[in-house]
Amino acid sequence: MTSFSQQATALDDSSQQYNFAYLDEQTKRMIRRAILKGVAIPGYQVPFGGREMPMPYGWGTGGIMLSASILGQDDVLKVIDQGADDTTNAVSIRHFFSKVCDIATTEKTEQASVIQTRHRIPEQALSNNQILVFQVPIPEPLRFIEPRETETKKMHALEEYGSMQVKLYEDIVKYGYIATSYAYPVTVHGRYLMDPSPIPKFDNPKLHQSEALMIFGAGREKRIYCIPPYTDVHSLDFDDHPFSIQQWDEPCSLCGSHDTFLDEVLIDDQGQRMFICSDTDYCQKQQAAQLGAEHDSVS
Amino acid sequence: MTQLAKQLEEPRANAANQAEPALLQAQNLSMLYAPGKGFEDVNLSLYPGEVLAIVGESGSGKTTLLKTLSGRLAPQTGSISFQSDSNTAELYKISEAERRSLIRQHFGIVHQHPLDGLRPRVSAGGNIGERLMENGWRNYAEIRLQALTWLKAVEIDQSRIDDMPLTFSGGMQQRLQIARNLVTHPRLVFMDEPTGGLDVSVQARLLDLIRNLVTELQLAVVIVTHDLAVARLLAHRIMVMKQGQVVESGLTDRVLDDPSHPYTQLLVSSVLQQ
Repeated sequence: MTSFSQQATALDDSSQQYNFAYLDEQTKRMIRRAILKGVAIPGYQVPFGGREMPMPYGWGTGGIMLSASILGQDDVLKVIDQGADDTTNAVSIRHFFSKVCDIATTEKTEQASVIQTRHRIPEQALSNNQILVFQVPIPEPLRFIEPRETETKKMHALEEYGSMQVKLYEDIVKYGYIATSYAYPVTVHGRYLMDPSPIPKFDNPKLHQSEALMIFGAGREKRIYCIPPYTDVHSLDFDDHPFSIQQWDEPCSLCGSHDTFLDEVLIDDQGQRMFICSDTDYCQKQQAAQLGAEHDSVS
Repeated sequence: MTQLAKQLEEPRANAANQAEPALLQAQNLSMLYAPGKGFEDVNLSLYPGEVLAIVGESGSGKTTLLKTLSGRLAPQTGSISFQSDSNTAELYKISEAERRSLIRQHFGIVHQHPLDGLRPRVSAGGNIGERLMENGWRNYAEIRLQALTWLKAVEIDQSRIDDMPLTFSGGMQQRLQIARNLVTHPRLVFMDEPTGGLDVSVQARLLDLIRNLVTELQLAVVIVTHDLAVARLLAHRIMVMKQGQVVESGLTDRVLDDPSHPYTQLLVSSVLQQ
């Protein structure tokens, strides 16, 4: 009978038998080919042979497969979930990669070469030596209007996107303005209609002419699509109801930023609430800068 | 039998104004699923502002013919040419992209069951507006105005604009479907049993509405029906089909008052006389 610690050591040893970044090299090549095709046809959904990952669908399998196939030994990985580095999903994916790749990880946006993200784009502008990997639940933006896959494929092929406007029309009918606030449909490079994954529409302008390569992976539906650097990305709208992003009346309670995406946090059962940046790294940096400034003015 | 149909076709074509070419012209059209199932060797031409009724019993190939004419089912042999603006398009020779765009701009298709042609979970206004948005409209206020205008035109209360078609009665759904098809001002509308499944008084109102719209907008219409009363009320010309063959065709009054083919005689005599 082996003790628990012995078992744990044996498990640690066996992890050495994994290939670098968990996936085997043939799978990585297949995924890289799909990514290259996606880059060549911006916004087009490329099918790929998704693999079983050691986690359930919906937890970021698509993003993990993409990250695994592009990570090299010199890469520095950052993982965010709803903008935060310290939430369960972010922590466990970061831990997964530091275990199966033994690569450096970071929480600092500017230090990362690959950033895997769920539901946000970092506040800090990205540079052209960074890659942003998105986890995508439903890759097909036309699913709302057309349930048949054969038909949506045809609509993409023939560029029949007028009916997508119907979704926005229905919003205005119900709420008086375009109330879609996440997964807001965009056209990429003047051609393909794309679902930018459930990022808030606050982040849509960051897709336009982004310096960083953006790749999107849907694990359950086995689709990859990309926005190459410096590509035009246009959010759909009406002439008399133009696209606009969310705004808040108050600044972040922690760092005082006026121009970031804020999360509403309930702080007691009396209805008290506060608004804080959803991008934890950016918020901490702003706070540190303010502390530094105060320190300077005192001395 | 088909020879007779052809003979009757000719004088009408010659009588038509020479300056006005046929809107839709079909030649030697055949689409057979099995012998006698589908339609065979159909020739027809349709002129702007003309209403053509296709009548016949169940399984005679009416709906299949309508599908082929409206660009939704490729025929096995024969060709269809459509005169749009100044150029002529061969419906099944052009690419699918071109065909779908042509259908979107110039054709209207009214299905027998209104929910086949509507989006049940999109508001009535959205259903009408979708056609406009497909054709590039991007101004909410204008789309809304058009939707209201068309709801009024088909006699639906304008306050229902934001209600789902699922909450509409059968007759209202059918009228909404017609509005959705006419909003882009198509030149040619295909209707498959538009009055099927409606009670008699609702049928009468709907027919009245269709007749008014057709004259007002100078629409060309191909209407499939098994109801001779509908054909008599709406159509200028009539085509009688039996087992995939066109057995008789000509002016509506002529065919219905003086049917020459035994099957047409049977059809006419089986209508209840008052």
